[in-house]
Formats: sequence, C-alpha cells, structure tokens
Amino acid sequence: MPRRLGRKVLPFLFLAPMLLMIVLAWVAPLILTVYLGFTDLSIKNLLAFIKDFFTDRVQRTLENFRRIFYAKDPNIGETLRVTVLYVASVLSINAVYALLLSIAIAYFTKNELISMILRITWLLPRITPGIIYALMWIWFIDPQYGLLNKMLQAMGVPDGWLPDSWLLRKPYSQMLMIMINGYVGASFGMIVYTAAIKSIPPDLVNAALVDGASEFQVARRVIIPLLKWPILFVTAWQTLSLLSSYEYILMVWGAGSGGQYGIARSAGVMVWSLYSYTKAFSEYLYGYASALSLILVVIGLTLIVLYFKIFGFKRLMEPSRVEV
Amino acid sequence: MVGRESLRKRRTKALLRRVAVLVVVLMVAVLPAIPIWLMYGWLVSQSFSGRVILGVLPSKLTLENWRFLWSPIAMGEKEYPNIWPITINTLFLALGVAGLVVMVSSLSGYALSRMEFKGRTGMMQFIIALHAFPSVILLIALFVILNKLGLYGKGFMTLVGIVLIKAGLEIPMATWIIKGFFDAIPWDLEWAALVDGCSRWRVWRSVIIPLVLPGIGAVSIFSFLSGWSEFLLVFTYVAQEEYYTLPVLIYHMIGEFIHIDWGMLAALGLFYAIPTIIFFSVSQKMLLRIYVGGVKG
Repeated sequence: MPRRLGRKVLPFLFLAPMLLMIVLAWVAPLILTVYLGFTDLSIKNLLAFIKDFFTDRVQRTLENFRRIFYAKDPNIGETLRVTVLYVASVLSINAVYALLLSIAIAYFTKNELISMILRITWLLPRITPGIIYALMWIWFIDPQYGLLNKMLQAMGVPDGWLPDSWLLRKPYSQMLMIMINGYVGASFGMIVYTAAIKSIPPDLVNAALVDGASEFQVARRVIIPLLKWPILFVTAWQTLSLLSSYEYILMVWGAGSGGQYGIARSAGVMVWSLYSYTKAFSEYLYGYASALSLILVVIGLTLIVLYFKIFGFKRLMEPSRVEV
Repeated sequence: MVGRESLRKRRTKALLRRVAVLVVVLMVAVLPAIPIWLMYGWLVSQSFSGRVILGVLPSKLTLENWRFLWSPIAMGEKEYPNIWPITINTLFLALGVAGLVVMVSSLSGYALSRMEFKGRTGMMQFIIALHAFPSVILLIALFVILNKLGLYGKGFMTLVGIVLIKAGLEIPMATWIIKGFFDAIPWDLEWAALVDGCSRWRVWRSVIIPLVLPGIGAVSIFSFLSGWSEFLLVFTYVAQEEYYTLPVLIYHMIGEFIHIDWGMLAALGLFYAIPTIIFFSVSQKMLLRIYVGGVKG
C-alpha cells in the first residue's frame, strides 16, 4: 500500500519546487493584476494595502475601466493609435520581411560562408544585451556624432528632410521605434524560417528547377507555400509578444532624455504597455496601471487559447516543421 | 540557326536572372545590415580610441576609456559607484538565477518526461501557455508582491527577491528544454537500475543526471545570460545605487547626456558584453535553438 501511494505522490514531490515558483512568479501576480485593476490603489494607500490586503482604505471600483473605455483619460486614444502602428509595422517586418530575408540568406545565397556571416549579422541585435543595443542606436542617430544622418546625406537625401533629433521629431521618432524593434524582431522569423527552408526535401526544389522554373518561381511557388505554418506561427507568436514589449522604447527614450518618460509621449512612441508602466512607476497609480495591464492580460489569454485551437499542441512545439 | 539564337537568348536570360537574384540578396540582406555592422564597429573602435573618424575608424589609441576598471567613474559633476561591486551584483543575479533554475527544472523536467500522473498533458500545455504569455505585463503586481514579502527597498534582499522572480519567470521554459534532454535518454538504463533495486530518487541522482549534463549545461548558460542581461526588474525595483547591476548603471550613465562620454560608455558596454560574447562563440548553435523560444521583441 505505501508503495502505491508513493507512486502517486512522488511525481508531485519532483514537481513541487516548479509549481511553487510558478505560483510566485505567474499565478499570484496574474490574480493580483485582476484584483488591482478594480481598485484605486496608489501611492497614498499602498502601505496600508501591503500591511493588510483587505484594508478599507483601498476602494473597489469600476472607475479605472470607465476612464479607459469612456476615454476619460485624454491619452488613451493616442496610445491606442501608437500601439496599433507599432504592432502592425513591426509585425510586418517580423513576419514578411523576415521571410524575404531568410529566402535571400538560406536559399538565394549559395555560398555557405557568406550565408553564415549574414545570418550571424542579423542575429546580433537579438543576442546583444538590450542596453548595449539601445546605446548603439542612441549613438547612431545622434545628429552630431552618429552616422545615420551622414549616411542618408550620402545617399542623396536632402538636408531639409533630416531631423535635428530622431528622438523627438514626430514621424522620425516613430520610424526609429519601428526600426529599433524591427531589427531585433526580424531575427526571430529568420531563425524559424531558415530552419524550415533547410528542412524542405531538396527533391522538390530540384524537380522544379529541372522543369525550368527560375529561382524566383521556386521561392514563390514551392518554398513559400510550404512555409505556411511557420509563417502563421511567427505572426501569432510575435503579435502577442509585441503587444506587451516596451523594453527598448523605455531604454532609448528614457535614457536618451535622462529618465524622463514624458518625452515618450510627446515623441509619439508611448505604446499601451509602456503607458501602463509609466502610470505605475512614475505616477504611482497602481490600480489604474493594473487595469491597463489587465486589458493586455485578457487579450493575451484569448490569443493563447486561440493559438492552441489553430495550431494544436504539436505544431506549437515545432514551429519549423515543414509538412510536405 | 534558330536553335542557336534561342540558346543565346536563353543564356542571357539565365544571366539576367542570376543578376536579379544577386540584386535581391543585396537589397534585402546586405544593405539593411550595414547599420548593424557600423554600430558594432563603432562600439569596438570607440572604446579604444580618443577620437573616431567617420564613426568607425579608430584614431589616437588609448586605454583611457577603460579607466573605470581601476578608478571611480565620474561624468561631469556626477560620481558613479565603483564598477566592481556593481559587477558582483550582476554576477550574483545571473548565478542565482542560473542555480535556482537548474535545480528546479531538472527535477520537474524529469517528472514530466518520465513519470505517469494525472494531469500530465494538462501541465505541459500549461507550461507552453506560460511560455507564450508575456511576463512583463505582471511587473506591477510583482512589485506589490515584492513589497508584501518585505523585499522591496531592502538593498541586497531586493536583489534576492529579483533572483526569485526572474528564476520563476524562466522556469517553465527551462523545464521544457530540459524535458527534451530527458526524453532523449533510453528507458532501458533506468529500468536496469530500478530492477537492481534503486529508488526513483536514487535513479534520478546517480543514473539520469550524469546523462543529461549537456542539457543542464544548456539551461544554465541560457539562464545565466538571461539573468546577466536582465534590465527591467532591477531598473524598476532597485532604488539604491549600490545595488544596481551593470545594465542599470549604463542606462543612468547614458541619461547624463549633457556630459556624455561616448568612449567610456562604449568601453563599459563592451566590458558588460564579455560573458555574452564568450558563451555565444562557444555554444552558438545550441543557444540559437533555445533563443527561438525566447520571448524577446
């Protein structure tokens, strides 16, 4: 009898530390975010709340959601617009441009060495610790020391078109935001697609070539159709991670201005998740910030359920698998 | 005659196509990569030179930019903490995360790979769902939890709290990776040990763990690097300068942009990137495979 009981309990002994950590780092904060979204927690009643989670000083209220959905917060509209611009543009780089990139690198480039050098180059932004990547961009766009303006001048862009500050002038700052995140994002698609292209049976490609297809036709009629699932996977996965990613924007615009997040708003790069962050950590409105986060949580959970439905467990695990 | 002409035509056509392919590669993969090369070129040459020509050519070679290694850092009026304690904080964070992640995930990965129990499939799906879920959203709630645990604003203990949180965030993914390594070990070995009368715990410790050492290595490098590059948690939760880590120190130094000292920042950046460079040049293939899963940008 004790042996059989042991067999039932043993797996959970092995799993206990993991479950404990998951509760601490995922489950508890998830539940807390939901709860906080319905409170007026701020710097004023934080200490009371920490002492006693059920203190009267923290009111339960729907006010946060009224502010968001009835646009009582004047910044919501602009934040939403910037977020849509950000997610849509970076996503198209991640999913579509990365596809062209991997076809160019993994199929068009026949020289192994050049192909490898290009692959490593495009991976560098992802591998580099974020703050160094941000530092290099801050240098690169500097109108005095950096090279971006000089490069554009050399390419024949008239002086009048170049901004005196890439960080602050509006359409330029938004282009910069897209570039900074796009260079990092392109490599995600590239890794998934490249592995998929390499796993296409060579017979398929050779058969098409023997039949007289050009390299472009092979890319369009053979490779891209086979990459249907990887493309869908990259799009799905990156949508979710872009909706909530603001680290690089925080680093570049925050550091670039001596820690004033305010300029992120005037520069037009205040995305939803960064807005939530600044509401919490520079205006100390924890309840309202949690409500903003909660909307992302709901979107995130919905998307995850949807992904399980669309892809199934297996495809989610092997994004680069090609189904011939 | 007709045949020869069409042959020549076909040849020019083939040549044109080859040129077209080359142009596409150039436009898509090479030209847009130039900024990347320039940036890294600048970082290296700026760190060793007093002045750079055209952004990337070093001139006036000097070690002056590396003076932070042996003297306190001053930029303009502001004095920053000495680099070595900050490096030790960063190292503590990275090693703490790596140690905790390896200990926990090698237990849970084994259970998920080898043991039958109710809810096993459900738990694996749960882990994948967590992996897809963007953890940065939870920063505010984690701040409250850190406060509740009494770890906020407590200097070194705050770093301990960050180790716990960061490890917790990495564990689902690490469990998944290490489970893959357990899956690759043949069952027979375990059977043999079990038949000989070993307990499940003993089998895990003395038969299985030595066999998954490569997996443990992979997970520890990966979680070390992710602890080493962690920015947001330390930036948000640590208020005292003595307990900064390197990325947060660099962030604040960039912030002093009136007195910005590009040479020293480049050198400091390079200093900070050393572990990343080493680990990637040693084990890039394995790390890349793991990085695909990483939720970053």
